[in-house]
Amino acid sequence: MGGLIRVAIIGAGVVGASISRVLSMFEDFEVHLIEKEADVGWGVSKANTGIIHAGYDDEPDLFPLRAKLCAEGNLIWHEWVKDLDIPIRWCGSLVLAFNSEGEKILEELLDRGIRNGVPSLEIIDREKLKMLEPSSSKNATAALWAPTAGQISPWDAVAALVENSIANGVKLHLSTEVRGIKIVEGRISGLETNKSFLEVDCVINAAGLYADKISEMAGVGGYYIKPKKGEYLIFDKDAEPKVSRIIFPTPTPISKGVVVTTTTDGNLMIGPNAQDLPQNLREDKSNTYDGLKFIWESASNLVNKLPPRNKVIRFFAGLRPEPSGGDFIIRDYDEVFGFIEASGMRSPGLTSAPAVAQMILDALKAKFDLNPKLKAGWNRYRRRIKRFSEMTFEERIKAVNENPGYGRIICVDELVAEAEIVEAIRRGATTIDGIKFRTRACMGTCQGSSCTYKVAVILARELNVPLWSVSLKGPGTEIGIGDVKALFKEKNKLEGENQG
Amino acid sequence: MMGENYDLAIIGGGPSGLASAIRAWKMGVESIVLLEESNFLGGVLPQCIHPGFGLHYFREDLTGPEFAAKLLDQLKSTGVNVLSGSYAEHLEIKSSGEKEISGYMYGRAFKVKCKAVIYAAGCRERSRFEVNILGDRPVGVYTAGEAQTLMDMYGVLPGSEIVVVGSGDVGLIMARRFALEGADVKAVVEVMPYPGGLTRNIVQCLEDFHIPLYLSCMVTEIKGSGRVEGVKIVRVDEKLNPINGSENYLKCNAVILAVGLKPRVELLAKAGALIDEATGGPVVNDWLETTIPGVFAAGNVLVINDLVDYAAEQGERAAESAAKLIHEGLPAFKFKRVVLGRNVRLIVPHLISCIQDVTFYGRVGKPEENVQFRFEEIGRAFKLPIARPSEMFRFKISADDLLRLRDEKIMVNVVKV
Ligand SMILES: Cc1cc2nc3c(=O)[nH]c(=O)nc-3n(C[C@H](O)[C@H](O)[C@H](O)COP(=O)(O)OP(=O)(O)OC[C@H]3O[C@@H](n4cnc5c(N)ncnc54)[C@H](O)[C@@H]3O)c2cc1C
Ligand SMILES: Cc1cc2nc3c(=O)[nH]c(=O)nc-3n(C[C@H](O)[C@H](O)[C@H](O)COP(=O)(O)OP(=O)(O)OC[C@H]3O[C@@H](n4cnc5c(N)ncnc54)[C@H](O)[C@@H]3O)c2cc1C
Repeated sequence: MGGLIRVAIIGAGVVGASISRVLSMFEDFEVHLIEKEADVGWGVSKANTGIIHAGYDDEPDLFPLRAKLCAEGNLIWHEWVKDLDIPIRWCGSLVLAFNSEGEKILEELLDRGIRNGVPSLEIIDREKLKMLEPSSSKNATAALWAPTAGQISPWDAVAALVENSIANGVKLHLSTEVRGIKIVEGRISGLETNKSFLEVDCVINAAGLYADKISEMAGVGGYYIKPKKGEYLIFDKDAEPKVSRIIFPTPTPISKGVVVTTTTDGNLMIGPNAQDLPQNLREDKSNTYDGLKFIWESASNLVNKLPPRNKVIRFFAGLRPEPSGGDFIIRDYDEVFGFIEASGMRSPGLTSAPAVAQMILDALKAKFDLNPKLKAGWNRYRRRIKRFSEMTFEERIKAVNENPGYGRIICVDELVAEAEIVEAIRRGATTIDGIKFRTRACMGTCQGSSCTYKVAVILARELNVPLWSVSLKGPGTEIGIGDVKALFKEKNKLEGENQG
Repeated sequence: MMGENYDLAIIGGGPSGLASAIRAWKMGVESIVLLEESNFLGGVLPQCIHPGFGLHYFREDLTGPEFAAKLLDQLKSTGVNVLSGSYAEHLEIKSSGEKEISGYMYGRAFKVKCKAVIYAAGCRERSRFEVNILGDRPVGVYTAGEAQTLMDMYGVLPGSEIVVVGSGDVGLIMARRFALEGADVKAVVEVMPYPGGLTRNIVQCLEDFHIPLYLSCMVTEIKGSGRVEGVKIVRVDEKLNPINGSENYLKCNAVILAVGLKPRVELLAKAGALIDEATGGPVVNDWLETTIPGVFAAGNVLVINDLVDYAAEQGERAAESAAKLIHEGLPAFKFKRVVLGRNVRLIVPHLISCIQDVTFYGRVGKPEENVQFRFEEIGRAFKLPIARPSEMFRFKISADDLLRLRDEKIMVNVVKV
């Protein structure tokens, strides 16, 4: 096989982005990262708990890939967050037990963790628990302490991976939906998208909730993805009490349970519940009364006290892409040469993503009989946008002197400056949500009511489009339906036509 | 610019901050700086293009921009240093009692030092998340002020089929505003059994435009994946609990929330000022001084006012106090507490010295007809034909009356007569 291998990765979630970063290291690949949304990371990777799990949850005999890749992924993230300047707190996690039955489960988890190769696990008593997490429930009798777990900002992780990939030559195709896969004589020959036909030799399916559909397009698969909803509540930054560790209940066969944690931005967060949805509801991220009530009650059991309900600033939901077989699906097919699955990425898919990427590289090596060559100029580093809110006053003076736009505050709750927003646009944001996830503008107490329009004004100016056409998250989500007289213009036009 | 010194710094250039700047100048305070985050002055006034402003303060019915223009005219003849486009982020109280404000504007990070601060930062609007509207999170859900800004400052029409949540004056005025642009306003939805706004506004904003008002109804869910497609509405019983089986669906492409305002107290709270749960604003004495000596509060950050006139009046009051503090110092006092009695939900000031006239502003908890507001301890009472939570009450009590107060507190009761 001579020349570059043209690889298309379908899906710019954490899995696709991890794969693209790993492939971008080598001279042998021409990498295309393809995403149907207007920005990266807006699928499952946007709305989840953001935990880099230690790796004791998954039973290695039942779910060998989950068990192996989670523990490996945790190790790799420890390096990647440094290379890529991704916000993370390596705060460790606690699984609380409330009785002897629960304590037995802790023993099982500990045993499983050891089998999965998780380091430093320990079962601790009440005394030590209280020391590690003063806010944890008085009723807890013991806990499993996993110091290697961390809390990451999952969306930032995707952005970082993609920016680093692009810097190393990967081509990102946004607002590009894969509609068909062309196979000639049992080999991948290209992708049909809403935009054009893309000739490639290899397709990696990292399409999250839609991976089964992509697999069907390739005429393989034989599995399906079922959405399972998880809802969350987020508290204001000043809400007390806070927790410094990730707190889990003892898990059930259905889920790891409702978690109490503090996000990397310092907001207390509780959730998720686990609600199976019908297969066709893959966009239903609505919040429900029952879901939020369940979360509140479950979380209340884990801590001595939750902040008052009026300190909640937002709720949201995400969908887990549950594969019919239970385990991750990472494989190729003899029938279709060049089609490789990185799908069924349910939890702990975020944790596992870097290890999945490594496995995909190995699969490519085997498939295309390669010994890939490291790019001479490969840049392992990426820096995130400098945040005004994180600077000291002296640093702020310097920032403002270098770039006057740092002095213009756009979002007062999160202290986001215009310069940050302009930089986010330079890095690829074209929508309000794109700005919001890159800078945290609109994510504070007022949830955007006092700054969304200011962000929109900057977007309109920088992208040179009419203000009303600036969108929340791409076509069909414009902030307005036209200028203020739009309805009258429409009416006059119709009347004119009727007369004429 | 770094480390400039002033006698007085005013944070917020809305009607309250402007009125205080003008008044302080007239009282002889010569070095005043006014910090306003926006690039223009006037606070929420420039976006309020409807009439109904200034009947008390200017004895004229003005639009918001006209009211602002009148204040700006007066400001021009003062020597107040106005820094628009500058956000005051942090207030530090030095051990000497001196105040230092850190702020930012395009091209500058600065600190100003001063003897007194008037904090007139206004309020923010409550979001859908604070009133528990569940369902999807599509585009097209705006607070009233946000929609107003988009329409009347930037010329953007947010939608053509509108549901307004909340029937306070703000909600009613926005319903009419959309109707005037030819939008189909499907309904104004109000959870209480009575409208929140003035009768005058019910007639002029809803009835004149044939906009339905749904009382005892609650928007519980928003539907729509990209843009708003509709809302779920449910009837509620007397206890405001949803009635099973009463669900209805209303198609619309924008939802406008007028579900309450909250004082923007973060800067004050961080500096250590005590906050009142009832008003959401700082605890103040009859100089409108917060629990931080030399830091005064006025306007919507002190208490949510229905009328701009009251916000401006409070600004003046704070300015008089600040001037006194700067020129001669405020006397030290053991203040007496103002206590909420029957059907009084909130009241300011919270503490009184009893040596000067006091204007009380407050709200009742529930609507009642033919009531008396009783200040038992000093034997004063005020009659009102109707008291409604949506309409702020305002009573002025003279120092002579207050001198009669023997107790450590004074309780205000609303009594039916
Ligand atoms: C509630 C919840 C909590 C979770 N908590 C954790 C946790 O704490 N720790 C953890 O490790 N994991 C957690 N997970 C799992 C983790 O979030 C996922 O495993 C991971 O985000 C999956 O990433 P992905 O890249 O496979 O999918 P996605 O992020 O969904 O990426 C797939 C992308 O493909 C795009 N796409 C789909 N179809 C097409 C098409 N036809 N053409 C072009 N693009 C297409 C989508 O738009 C999407 O952006 C959680 C998941 C949920 C839902
Ligand atoms: C839709 C609507 C309709 C209304 N209709 C009427 C009516 O018909 N009649 C009537 O009398 N009243 C009406 N009002 C009420 C009236 O507008 C308010 O009472 C009044 O504007 C409050 O004045 P303020 O100065 O306290 O606050 P604001 O006008 O909110 O001004 C506060 C200012 O402070 C600035 N600021 C805040 N924090 C900082 C900081 N840290 N640094 C620098 N600057 C800061 C803000 O940018 C803002 O400009 C209406 C209000 C609304 C929203």
